[in-house]
Amino acid sequence: MKKLKITIDGKTIEVPENTTVLDAAKMADIAIPTLCHHPKLTPFGGCRLCIVEIKGIPRPVTSCTTPVSEGMEVTTSNPQIEDLRKTVLELILSDHPNDCMVCEKAGDCTLQELAYFYGIRENRFAGERRIYEKKDGNPFIERDMEKCILCGRCVKVCDEVQGVGAIDFTYRGFKSKICPPYEKDLDCEFCGQCVAVCPTGALTGKQWTMKGRQMGVKEVDTVCSYCGTGCNITLHVKDNTVVRVTSKEDTWHEGWLCIKGRFGYTFINSPDRLKRPLIRTAPEGQSSPDPLSLFKEASWNEAFDLIASKLSGIKSKHGADAIGGLSSARCTNEENYIFQKFIRAAVGTNNVDHCARL
Amino acid sequence: MNKNITIQVCMGTGGIAAGGSEVLAAFESLMREKNIPAEFKKECSMHKVGCRGLCAKDVLVDIITDDRRTIYQYIKPEMVERIIDEHVVGGNPVSEWEVAEDYHKFHEKQVKVVLSDCGNIDPEDINAYIAVDGYKAVEKVFASMTPEEVIDIMKKSGLRGRGGAGFPTGVKWEACRKAEAGQKYIICNADEGDPGAFMDRAVIEGNPHAVIEGMVVGAYAIGASKGYVYIRAEYPLAVERLKKAIKDARERGFIGKNILGKGFDFDIKIKLGAGAFVCGEETALIASIEGQRGMPRAKPPFPVHRGLWGKPTVINNVETLANIPYIIKKGHEWFSSYGTEKSKGTKVFALTGKIKNSGLIEVPMGITLKEIIYDIGGGIENGKALKAVQTGGPSGGCITTDMLDITMDYESLARVGSIVGSGGMIVLDEDDCMVNVAKYFLQFTQSESCGKCVPCRIGTKRLLEIMDRITKGAGRQGDIELLEKLSSDIKAASLCGLGQTAPNPVLSTIKYFREEYDAHLQGKCPAKACREMLTYHIIEEFCKGCGACLRACPAGAITGEKKKPHKIAPEICIKCGACFDVCKFKAVGKE
Repeated sequence: MKKLKITIDGKTIEVPENTTVLDAAKMADIAIPTLCHHPKLTPFGGCRLCIVEIKGIPRPVTSCTTPVSEGMEVTTSNPQIEDLRKTVLELILSDHPNDCMVCEKAGDCTLQELAYFYGIRENRFAGERRIYEKKDGNPFIERDMEKCILCGRCVKVCDEVQGVGAIDFTYRGFKSKICPPYEKDLDCEFCGQCVAVCPTGALTGKQWTMKGRQMGVKEVDTVCSYCGTGCNITLHVKDNTVVRVTSKEDTWHEGWLCIKGRFGYTFINSPDRLKRPLIRTAPEGQSSPDPLSLFKEASWNEAFDLIASKLSGIKSKHGADAIGGLSSARCTNEENYIFQKFIRAAVGTNNVDHCARL
Repeated sequence: MNKNITIQVCMGTGGIAAGGSEVLAAFESLMREKNIPAEFKKECSMHKVGCRGLCAKDVLVDIITDDRRTIYQYIKPEMVERIIDEHVVGGNPVSEWEVAEDYHKFHEKQVKVVLSDCGNIDPEDINAYIAVDGYKAVEKVFASMTPEEVIDIMKKSGLRGRGGAGFPTGVKWEACRKAEAGQKYIICNADEGDPGAFMDRAVIEGNPHAVIEGMVVGAYAIGASKGYVYIRAEYPLAVERLKKAIKDARERGFIGKNILGKGFDFDIKIKLGAGAFVCGEETALIASIEGQRGMPRAKPPFPVHRGLWGKPTVINNVETLANIPYIIKKGHEWFSSYGTEKSKGTKVFALTGKIKNSGLIEVPMGITLKEIIYDIGGGIENGKALKAVQTGGPSGGCITTDMLDITMDYESLARVGSIVGSGGMIVLDEDDCMVNVAKYFLQFTQSESCGKCVPCRIGTKRLLEIMDRITKGAGRQGDIELLEKLSSDIKAASLCGLGQTAPNPVLSTIKYFREEYDAHLQGKCPAKACREMLTYHIIEEFCKGCGACLRACPAGAITGEKKKPHKIAPEICIKCGACFDVCKFKAVGKE
């Protein structure tokens, strides 16, 4: 690939052709503030925080949308640029609820962090704020559009990554808003990718509410057990309870999750969760308002012995083809291989299938 | 006896609004039904024409006989019979209805290139266009010119984009020509949206074939096989005439497959805009054609390299394209003989506001503003004093009375902080409050901001809030400086032309009318236009106690006995001004 030589803040580096100025700066370990930019999504150029000066171009340009060219000389910070960034941030904050105290996102919010770094306490541009009634009947995603800064990341992740397109920009001017068609309740896959990429508290998980933010929350990296894909997830644990699930961007699946991985974690602490095998003790046909009373708790060895004896019994009485095996998509590839091997070689039948084929 | 009589009725949108359709219908039915000698019926042709410019005098009717053209103004259907009897049949023009000297003065200093056939030919008849050498430019380039030669002529002509930015057309075409791609596009930008601007509308309504011909020449030059006209759905007449023109041109082989048998394919589609001002910005326009929300994107890449569907695309404004057939036919030397050193040719302006002759004008670049206002426009209405001229619409600025000798060209206007823009020209008089004027434009740009970038979406809202409180008498010390600071930051940090120019009306009025801003901060609107800052009272010595104001007041704020001076209760008064308007004795004062 062709390499181009450019100078950023006096530092000369070589970067591949088609690199953006923002990415080039990153390679040179120079940080440029951004809000609307997301490395996995197409550049937007809406927040204007990543503006830089390029020699020969009369006006500041957004580094996230500008590709490098040979010999380019970039200044990422000077008093004029920082002054413009401060104005832009003040404008965003002038239309943003000042309620970090009670915001779910506090401590993990890009906007809050930038306001902190730019020391924005007073606001020269205080004025009308957009006020929206919080109403969205969906069970997973809390949408507080007053906190939305219209960075467009949610719109793009929904379209470019998930391929769903459940939301988009509507209205014009100050009233511009991101919402589902006709401002109806969100009705999508609820994968929550939009929640993952939102840089403010506009999109959060409904299940997270009041469960704990950053303080006292331990992060535990693990693998999602919902399917054989094996996405890396990070459990946010407070007082031995999972309060939130996220996924890191530097994982093999780039941090994208589905609805189950992101929101299906409440079973972990459910009192109904089965933690040990149960063996039915009640005779066939008997029922009870308390189903657990029909079973007795057993060890894994007891359970395996029972399964083995039942399978052997059926096989000797009716032949191996009286047995069939159905495996689960929640198992890994290797587990599924072992299962079919077990059914074919140990049981001796080809009656084996998988739920994902149904 | 008259022979070969042609009756032309102005039926642009202005003409139709003034009753042009009814006037033409009256001519048609009376000529058919009246007892008129048969030879007149046979020799007389009647048709509609597009905008003639002086909309203030509509309906305009031309009667052209072998030896002369008579122009009538303010024609209504009931006047038609007399014109037929006395003029068409009798041969004696109805002189009292003819246009007066001001009509001719309106046209004297104009030079019509783009509008030369507009208002003279029937826009719905391709034969009428062909009869005035229409499509000769297409024939010429196909018969004898290479695309490079066409581009060379455009560059030499000095034609610059008439949509506002003034980018040289030939240079744009050349860049697109050089871009390597299997598919290229040419788009006609007819998303004219500045308040008070109607140049492109009039051109398409009056001579749609010139635009089509310009597109064919452009397509040939850059190598495009497909074209779009992106036109506002709010222009139904223009859309209708354009549709017909495209259909007719296709039937005659000027567009479509194998044009004029030369093996070149090019066809045109119409795409209706849904009314978003920002879609006039070229990257937003492209997004809109692609079916996306009309939001601009950062440039580069420019559309000539990556445009519609990612392919090299030229976007030209209606007026730019309509110039092209005439440049090809008459040569670049002829075209560049008009204008200044860097701004060649003519420019169409929509002259509106407090001017006697409001309408559409075409003037050579380099004409002075004074000539436009006083010679063409006939001066200010009602004997009022000229205060300023606003050019360039919501992206432009004001020109003050001490700059009336300024020449109309891209460079001169930019020097004084305004722009040529698409050609809106609004004349303001002593009754106009400059703060209010700037607020009006800001209201427009704020509500038309696409919402993508922060400085434009929120910044213009904050500007508007400050302007709003100033015009309501609630301005604060430091507001003017805050306006200036925020304006310059919005200009520097916005993504597209809309945001980068939206503060211009504010900056320009602060620059030239700072004293009006200061007066507002001290609680006075010098033009007495800002309603919230006014108080109404009765001047007792003039009041006759007639009760007219009392009856007119919608708020019940006026009390008083008959024949005794009345009183206005300031706490009830809603400052509507109804009392001021009805009082015959000038007994209502406003301050």
